[in-house]
Amino acid sequence: MTGTYVIKESSVYHMLQDAYRERMHFEWDDLGALMNLDHSVVLQEARVFNETPIRPRQSRLLLAKIVFLLYRGDSMSTTEATNLFFSITKLFQCKDMSLRQMVYLTIKELSTISEDVIMVTSSLMKDMQPTSEITYRANAIRALCKIVDPSMLPGIERFLKGAIVEKSPLIASAALVSSLHLFNEAKDVVRRWGNEVSEALNGKSLSQNSSFFGSSSSQGQVVSTSNIVQYHAIGLLYAIRQHDRMAVLKLVQSFSGQSKGSGGWLSGGSSSSSVLRSNAAHMMLIRYAVRVMESDPSLVPLLHTLLEEWIRHRSDMVSLEAARAVCQLKDVTDKQLTPAVNALQLFLSSPKAVVRFAAIRTLNVLARTHPEAVQPCNVDMEGLITDSNRSVATFAITTLLKTGNEASVERLMKQMQGFMAEISDEFKIIVAEAVRSLCSKFPGKHGLFLGFLSGVLRDEGGYEFKRAAIEAIVDLAKHVGECREVALGHLCEFIEDCEFTKLSVRVLHFLGEEGPGTARPTVYIRHIYNRVVLENAVVRAAAVSALAKFGAAPKADAALQRSVRVLLTRCLDDRDDEVRDRAAWGLRMTGGAEQTRSRYVRDDSTFSLAVLERRLVEYCADPQAAKKARFDFAAVPRISRAQEEETRHRVRLDAMDQVLTGSALSSSAAAKDDVPQSADTRADGADRLVQYAKQLAAIPALAAFGEQPLVSSQRAVELTESETEYVVRCVKHVYERHVVFQFDVTNTIAEQVLEQVEVAMESDDIDGVLQPVVAVAIPVLRYDAPGTAYVGFERLAEDVPAASFACTLKFIVKECDPATGEPEDGDDGFEDDYSLETAELGPGDFMQATYIPDSEALWESLEDGESIETFALSSFSSIEECITKVCDLLNMCPLDGALTPRSKAAHKAAFTGKWMGRAKTVARTRMTYQKGAGVTMELAVRSEDPAVSELVVSAIA
Amino acid sequence: MGHYVSKFTSLFSWGDREVRILILGLDGAGKTTILYRLQIGDVVSTIPTIGFNVETVVYKNIKFQVWDLGGQTSIRPYWRCYYANTDAVIYVVDSCDRDRIGTSRDELASMLGEEELQEAALLVFANKQDMKGAMSSAEVSEALGLPRLKSRQWAIYKTSALKGEGLDEGLDWLVNAINAK
Repeated sequence: MTGTYVIKESSVYHMLQDAYRERMHFEWDDLGALMNLDHSVVLQEARVFNETPIRPRQSRLLLAKIVFLLYRGDSMSTTEATNLFFSITKLFQCKDMSLRQMVYLTIKELSTISEDVIMVTSSLMKDMQPTSEITYRANAIRALCKIVDPSMLPGIERFLKGAIVEKSPLIASAALVSSLHLFNEAKDVVRRWGNEVSEALNGKSLSQNSSFFGSSSSQGQVVSTSNIVQYHAIGLLYAIRQHDRMAVLKLVQSFSGQSKGSGGWLSGGSSSSSVLRSNAAHMMLIRYAVRVMESDPSLVPLLHTLLEEWIRHRSDMVSLEAARAVCQLKDVTDKQLTPAVNALQLFLSSPKAVVRFAAIRTLNVLARTHPEAVQPCNVDMEGLITDSNRSVATFAITTLLKTGNEASVERLMKQMQGFMAEISDEFKIIVAEAVRSLCSKFPGKHGLFLGFLSGVLRDEGGYEFKRAAIEAIVDLAKHVGECREVALGHLCEFIEDCEFTKLSVRVLHFLGEEGPGTARPTVYIRHIYNRVVLENAVVRAAAVSALAKFGAAPKADAALQRSVRVLLTRCLDDRDDEVRDRAAWGLRMTGGAEQTRSRYVRDDSTFSLAVLERRLVEYCADPQAAKKARFDFAAVPRISRAQEEETRHRVRLDAMDQVLTGSALSSSAAAKDDVPQSADTRADGADRLVQYAKQLAAIPALAAFGEQPLVSSQRAVELTESETEYVVRCVKHVYERHVVFQFDVTNTIAEQVLEQVEVAMESDDIDGVLQPVVAVAIPVLRYDAPGTAYVGFERLAEDVPAASFACTLKFIVKECDPATGEPEDGDDGFEDDYSLETAELGPGDFMQATYIPDSEALWESLEDGESIETFALSSFSSIEECITKVCDLLNMCPLDGALTPRSKAAHKAAFTGKWMGRAKTVARTRMTYQKGAGVTMELAVRSEDPAVSELVVSAIA
Repeated sequence: MGHYVSKFTSLFSWGDREVRILILGLDGAGKTTILYRLQIGDVVSTIPTIGFNVETVVYKNIKFQVWDLGGQTSIRPYWRCYYANTDAVIYVVDSCDRDRIGTSRDELASMLGEEELQEAALLVFANKQDMKGAMSSAEVSEALGLPRLKSRQWAIYKTSALKGEGLDEGLDWLVNAINAK
């Protein structure tokens, strides 16, 4: 690939030079000659190709222009391209070598646009014959492979195989690279060339061989010393063998450098281990080695020794790659990391920016998982903060922030302050985000951070940057109690002179939340009211809402309330509707009863927004719905503010992770893969419910059970061990009268396609309360593409059955080609089954873990429906263990601190939930722990439906 | 240096351009074999031509630029792309292939109907005469409808590209015909 590029570039460059020399007498620079090229003029000029005799020089120049147009991205219609193509074929009559090279090049570019490009097949095949000049051959091969279709491949197979083992690197590389391109279209044919490719890979030093021929060649070939053939050969060989792990392992080991083969040069084709002369090839080898390690952990120790050896390779490139590979290994130990980190540390002081960049980037990623391993490099990295290369500097900072300790942070902040003024906004944002994450890591240093942040807020900067800084301060104020008032003070100061409406609103809202709880709320009220006087309508409205919160605060004394009411009354005369409305509402609230206030102004719960949105969309989409009934808010699950906050925090952490890994610059592919996955698995219960409901709604067979499940399990249960042939996860959905088991099945065998995959379930439910009614199979299950099967049961009685189900996966296996995933023709497959672990159904599965606000009051009101029992649980060895298990079994929403016992001896916890999505239920538990006796627990459950209380208690038994 | 010499000699013969010749005919008629027989004087092993071959052939100090276009059905439509500025067409017929002589005639007729070829001389090679059961030149001529051609210089020669027979005679005729124009 590199080869192609070089040829293109150099040819075009020569063309340019020609153009330049030809027109020396004009004041022309070579770029200008091409910048003004016009598409239609060039096509007009193409008539020159049809002239006889050919004018090589003009034609060559014109071809260069055409190629330039195409590279520039000009589009050409099919007709234009085809006409051009046929004109160009006429140039084959001319033997001028430079012209022919440009012809090859242009044909390659036109091959995708023009029709009928096969017309040059014969001509190219003639040029690639062993009797042709080397230059002709190499370039003809490249062009030919662009125009042949797979059906013609067998016809040229012989020539390509020959070319692959050709001594000239020019030809061998051309053939290898072209084969790699062809591999995607004709895997079977190219696979047959494995032996030739190995030969090319293990061939003796080509530069030495070509010196024999160099003198006899009239062309004076440039002798390549890059051994690029090896690079191309190893790439192709891997492509051919990638699905055969043992073959790849052998490939890696053959270059293990156990240097018994160093004398092999003289002994010719000795089979001792070969030497990789191309650094690029060596890099690829390292990557392949890593892939083998990933797919087969048992080979890790073996290959790790090799990697360690390669870290000491004399080439920077290889050494870096090996170090990077070690750093990215799963479950790497600190001991294994040491040599890699040492090597990277040396590279940090390399004079080459690219080497520094590669090293710091690797360390940055490593610091995410193993900060302590990177710490030895701290001093070197601090030196890089002022690196002239901004990317290096950014990585240095974000890495240091992860590895830094309390002492070094102070120094780091000082350094950053020094150059904040010199850097671009984009970079400032990264710094602000980084400081933000530091805040949560070292809350003790809050004074330092606040000083820094308020300092940068005073500087010039765009919205995004200011926002990042504001969010950092807000975080500090929220999480670090001691600095809250100072932080709020900074925020007040900021809005006094803030040009961004959105940020003002954000700060005002936050002041409204936090301000009332402070010692001197009046200070903030003054700042807020200033906004009412001075700002635009949007900010005024936000300020009024904030004022209302001060007035409605439980701590608000009469004097304060009065002042707020005075201020709000003034706002009633505002020019803007919204501001007036809010002021009126605020007045009403501050004057209202304590209960109303707490309900509207200080609501501690909120709707699960994902669900609310979905319900609203559904409601609006159905034209009949509005006539039938009002939108039912009760059906939308509520979550606590704390939960919402937690969700946001998590999203932010994910985002932060990306910032810190430097995705703003160029995140590694691995990091990109991680993020969506983790976001997915961590999605909160309500979001997941939405996803399930969507999936289920798409299955016609399940539609009869109801619009959507009342309750879905919070977590999927693994029914297989990890690392098995098939991976199955089970999720339960409870409908009004039905229970559906959802099985997410993944086939991890590349050589198999499974058909008619279903799960057979046998229950131990003696009463026969559950009757199987529906089974949905997966028609085709390909390698690594998960599919979902369902089994639906009907509940014949009101009882809630507790049952276990013996599950078996049944399917038809067909062998397939791992490359294409298509089953082999005529393979009817055979039936097979695979035992899964037991699936359990218990009372907890019928409980929806919903946060219910004001559970205290609910508890009092439900006195009648109480069930209470005491358990002696001797098997638990700690309170934590017990409470986690209880939470699992109850499947209810733990309230504040339920899962984090403060003492080791005794704990109280409360849970809320809705039985079948309806009956509100509260559970309270008290437990004590005594060494030897285990945990003693009292569980009290009150529910709107008394029968439920008993059932819930029975869940523990 | 060579350039000047060729210019000098060209004063006496062909102006400064080469004679442009197309070799056409159905697939398997022997076009590519004839081309290389003319160019290097020997038989090369060939595969069906996908596209074209172009070579310079020097015969009796005259430079011919010879285009051998593939004869497969899929490629025949592209012949027309190469008609411009053609001095002569060599039409090659497999004298043993009686089944497809009709197809050959139709292709020839539609080709001769082209505007760009009105001035071109036509030389027909009744090839593969070394094989048993080959049609005679008269038979081929009749089957192709040559006698009914109007305002066209044409000739037919019995050839065997494998043995190299008849080719030179044909080219001699061609030289004369073009000179006479």
